[in-house]
Amino acid sequence: MGKLLVQQKQIVVPGEVLAEGMDYLPGDGTFRDKNQIVANILGLVNLKGRLIKLIPLAGKYKPKRDDLVIGRVTDIVSKGWVVDINCAYPAMITLRDATADFIPKDADLSRYFNIGDYVIARITRVTSQNLIDLSMRGPMLKKLEGGRLIKINPTKVPRVIGKKASMINLIKEKTDCQILVGQNGLIWLNGDPKGEILAVNAILKIERESHLSGLTEEIEKFIDEGLKAI
Amino acid sequence: MSNANRTFKQHLIKNLDSNVRYDLRKKLEFRDVKVELGVVAKAEGSCKVTIGDTIVIAGTKLAIEEPYPDRPEEGSFSVNTELLPLSSPDFETGPPGIEAIEISRVVDRTLREGKAVDFKKLLIKKGEAAWIIFIDIVSINDDGNLLDAACMAALGALLNTEFPKVNKDGTIDYKTKSGKKLLVESMPLLVTVYKIGRHLFLDPIRAEEQFIDARLSVGTLEDGTICALQKGGDAPLTLEEIDQMIDIATKQAKELRKLFKGGGKGGKGKK
Repeated sequence: MGKLLVQQKQIVVPGEVLAEGMDYLPGDGTFRDKNQIVANILGLVNLKGRLIKLIPLAGKYKPKRDDLVIGRVTDIVSKGWVVDINCAYPAMITLRDATADFIPKDADLSRYFNIGDYVIARITRVTSQNLIDLSMRGPMLKKLEGGRLIKINPTKVPRVIGKKASMINLIKEKTDCQILVGQNGLIWLNGDPKGEILAVNAILKIERESHLSGLTEEIEKFIDEGLKAI
Repeated sequence: MSNANRTFKQHLIKNLDSNVRYDLRKKLEFRDVKVELGVVAKAEGSCKVTIGDTIVIAGTKLAIEEPYPDRPEEGSFSVNTELLPLSSPDFETGPPGIEAIEISRVVDRTLREGKAVDFKKLLIKKGEAAWIIFIDIVSINDDGNLLDAACMAALGALLNTEFPKVNKDGTIDYKTKSGKKLLVESMPLLVTVYKIGRHLFLDPIRAEEQFIDARLSVGTLEDGTICALQKGGDAPLTLEEIDQMIDIATKQAKELRKLFKGGGKGGKGKK
């Protein structure tokens, strides 16, 4: 009979045994060692039926299919563009996925995206060898022009977005900024200089205080006070 | 830095046009600066400088060596900078890179030409033995403006330096202090003025520093004498701009010098 050794939301460290026996299944951040399930990362336990998953407290971005990410074009190759998406592996935009336009065979690819350009793209495929394919075809996916970028811990991104995007919509409305949040921890903002600074500070505050409850009200208060000050 | 994105830079210039910086400061405003002396127990002198999120520590180590043959009556100092990989995503391990060497050289020039230390007073025996001061600068965190922070830390470390005890056989007992302080003759400080577009400003954070067109580091003494200059960046500077930058730097150096309370002899040793 299997035995569960941890509770919901408990903090565990790598190497910690989470469960014994074959009744439980190892999820993200865990692995099976003989008849034990062992933690692979520092994180919070998330139990869902028989599945044991760990939510990381910190760490690099792990690419997942359908994630919206912001990346920097680092190289142009014959079949497309290589993009750095703040992750351990480079990503690729192929010619086919780059634009809706037709790209002629001998076109100058730097006219579409040049090295150093930032793009917001969607991950279409992650292979087991961690080859990442990006697509630029879809609503909102574009080259980023103007504005500024900030980088936060990728594990805090869900908190910045909030439930049903409540948090990010609050910031957008109050500060009158365009904001795009990549799942990889890069956030692009564009707007009136003063509102923009307020939005940046609000996002950094969320990153710092992501563990607290009642954060949305806190942030609302923070922005209102900031708006009064300027 | 070459990977700066052009359109992001234009956005920064737009912000500067409306007189707003990325952290709400004015263009010629420094972040909060903190100077702490004597932070490293095992160094003869040390200083930690904090400018906003930028942290730099400098320490001095003293040794007795034979003077250089062409200057038998003088001791010397040497500045070395290490930019730790932990302090910035841009820094790597290994031999010092261009940035580290530039910081060492510019700080060295400022202190040497500003005559912060009288080398003749470091002499122990002519042609045979003199003190040599090793100034080591280490970056703990880089959030822009390392040059100014490094120079302040180096000067602070000199101000804090105390000679160790010398044994009868000429060896140094580093564990015992002699109680004799190193005399700092003047207070040369480096202030770097940065340029983006047509804007001149001080003390950039990392987000601004990556877009700079040009910078001019100006080392000045208490009376406004310029003791060191270093220009960086690709863009050229006009004569008027250089005049303006030197004025800004001289004024700011006066403010920063107040942080070193009671340090130095106040320019008396000059000439």
